Amino acid sequence: MIKFNVKNKDHMLLLGFIGVVALAPIIMAPIGGGYPDLLQKFAIFGIFAIGFNILFGLTGYLSFGHAAFLGIGSYTAVWTFKLLTMNVIPALILSTLLAGVFALLIGFIVLRRSGIYFSILTLAFAQMSYNLAYSVLTPITNGETGLQLRHHDARVLDGLFGVTRGEGLPSTSLFGMSMSGWSGYYFCGVMLIIMFYISLRIFRSPFGMMLRAVKSNQNRMSYTGLNTRPYTLAAFVISGMYAGLAGGLMAITDPLAGAERMQWTASGEVVLMTILGGTGTLLGPVIGAGVIKYFENIFSSFNEGILMEAFSFLPEFLQHAMVTVAGLFVGEGWHLTLGALFMVIVIFLPGGLMEGIARIGNVFRRWRKPKPVAPTEAEAAASE
Amino acid sequence: MDAFLLQVLNGLDKGGAYALIALGLTLVFGTLGVVNFAHGALFMLGAFCAVTLQSLLTLERVTLDPEKLTAWGTPMEIRTPYIVEWFGDFGMTLIDWSVPLAILLAVPIMLLLGVVMERGLIRHFYKRLHADQILVTFGLAIVVQEIVKAQFGANPIPQPAPALFAGSADIGLWLGFAENAVVYPWWRIIYLLFAGVVITSVFAFLQFTTFGMVVRAGMADRETVGLLGIDIDRRFTIVFGMAAVVAGLAGVMYTPVLSPDYHMGMDFLVLSFVVVVVGGMGSLGGAVAAGFLLGILQSFASMNEVKSLLPGIDQVVIYLIAVVVLLVRPRGLFGRKGVMES
Repeated sequence: MIKFNVKNKDHMLLLGFIGVVALAPIIMAPIGGGYPDLLQKFAIFGIFAIGFNILFGLTGYLSFGHAAFLGIGSYTAVWTFKLLTMNVIPALILSTLLAGVFALLIGFIVLRRSGIYFSILTLAFAQMSYNLAYSVLTPITNGETGLQLRHHDARVLDGLFGVTRGEGLPSTSLFGMSMSGWSGYYFCGVMLIIMFYISLRIFRSPFGMMLRAVKSNQNRMSYTGLNTRPYTLAAFVISGMYAGLAGGLMAITDPLAGAERMQWTASGEVVLMTILGGTGTLLGPVIGAGVIKYFENIFSSFNEGILMEAFSFLPEFLQHAMVTVAGLFVGEGWHLTLGALFMVIVIFLPGGLMEGIARIGNVFRRWRKPKPVAPTEAEAAASE
Repeated sequence: MDAFLLQVLNGLDKGGAYALIALGLTLVFGTLGVVNFAHGALFMLGAFCAVTLQSLLTLERVTLDPEKLTAWGTPMEIRTPYIVEWFGDFGMTLIDWSVPLAILLAVPIMLLLGVVMERGLIRHFYKRLHADQILVTFGLAIVVQEIVKAQFGANPIPQPAPALFAGSADIGLWLGFAENAVVYPWWRIIYLLFAGVVITSVFAFLQFTTFGMVVRAGMADRETVGLLGIDIDRRFTIVFGMAAVVAGLAGVMYTPVLSPDYHMGMDFLVLSFVVVVVGGMGSLGGAVAAGFLLGILQSFASMNEVKSLLPGIDQVVIYLIAVVVLLVRPRGLFGRKGVMES
């Protein structure tokens, strides 16, 4: 009975999710977010955050180096464009797989430790990849300039299938469908839905239950004779593959890969997205990614002129003071807002926005139904 | 042999900075049990104490020269710092010595900042998960960094060492090597001595004072010390302030070596954490030893001979060592049993 309910609820959730992704251009239009570039970012970082959540949310292992996999995904995708074909499918498959291989190698080492040691080890690996990408690996990564497409790249597969070379740089495509504009967004959107579905299945599977058990008490798991390492390693690899896929998608929407994507601030950003939305919840990471990318977009575009207008209702001296204070947080100072938001969320709302929504929902329910909730739960148990 | 000595010396000054930051990190971790990702920001704030003092001292009065003209035909500007106007040559000396003088400014400021930070934020995170501690201090570090960026700009601001220490010492000559074989800047020697003094005084303070004894007892068993009627929380707050001062002083004195910019704190923090882990979480001696050790190893890795053998090794050597140490000796080189092993 219960099982059926959960499944039913999941289907509703998935349907709702598909609906929101499909209608996002219309939903986001009134608040100034209804254009493909921004929505693509929502989808890509949504995937990144969902993947991170599978590791951090379920097992509690806080990785500070996930951006490395994102970078690996991006580089692989751009190389596939250069060497094989401009079709996006091989690029996505290869970037996901290669990120997975790296995650397997790195995870095998770093998962020997847990807690803060794990965080520092992942950080160390990410910094290593970042430093190497900038220095010795320049032939592969093209250093500070970033890896770009060139007109005379090989593109062997395209040549085999007789794709004609046009003038100028080629653009990414899905069997002839261009990946810019709305088709690009919907491609990322479909990917997001698939990835969300996979994460949903992981959350509901025995494997997901095992991961949660690792989070709540790893020692007890070992005492019952279970080796937890394969489970955590699997979670690490899966989340690394999500990051690789996100990196590949990034390269699809803009075929340029730079090492700054691997810097640890980028890793910090995905941590923030997950926490802001709600660690360990299904929808939370996507919401967190959306909120952060939305506000990043809005806040960075603010300048003094807009602020002056916004505070024009105040007397002049107050207006200037407010503009000076608010000016710190917008435009170039967007990172300050991000940091402050980080602190506020961790201090006051450790469960993230999902917890906030749940709290508001509880208040609302209590207000509508003054009866305590406990007896209904007991009834449910009795009927089972 | 002289090349070897030179690399050791080169590594020591960076190692000194690592050791000082790692010492503070370990103090905070050992006493409060808090993983402080904002410790690098304290190092950076210390460096900016020096920047602030220098810009205060060099506030200038601008007057126009009545006779001379610039190439554009406008009157030449004469810039005289107020302090020179008031004190003459003594003022010039003050400006010249602004970096060492900044220590006087940094000690009270860093102590205050440390205590405020501990009472205002860290205190509420004693009982929370390590992940939460990392995240909240990480957020704080970003905030501090961005405020500094808004105030001082994104570019490094060079801070000259006093003219007395501007040149280099020919250490090789003292030890009987050829001339100019081992040349080492005077200021770095000063920095090393300074790091040594600070480290020694922290250890002496913990080892030979009653306050230090109580703190050490609290590190070993906080609850029992509390039950004995000692207000251990207040002591630990002061220890946090002390750690902030140590980081700040390291930052002040490092400014002539590396021009401070807003992200220097983060750069050093990541490495200092690695240092702490290699030295052994919670071991003060380990933090200092590992700091110097890793500094020296990094300087060896950046030798051309080594780089041609293993390209890119200079970029990753510290992280590689950390990985190896954590896998072979998870407790770190000097780690105590039972610390952070839950």
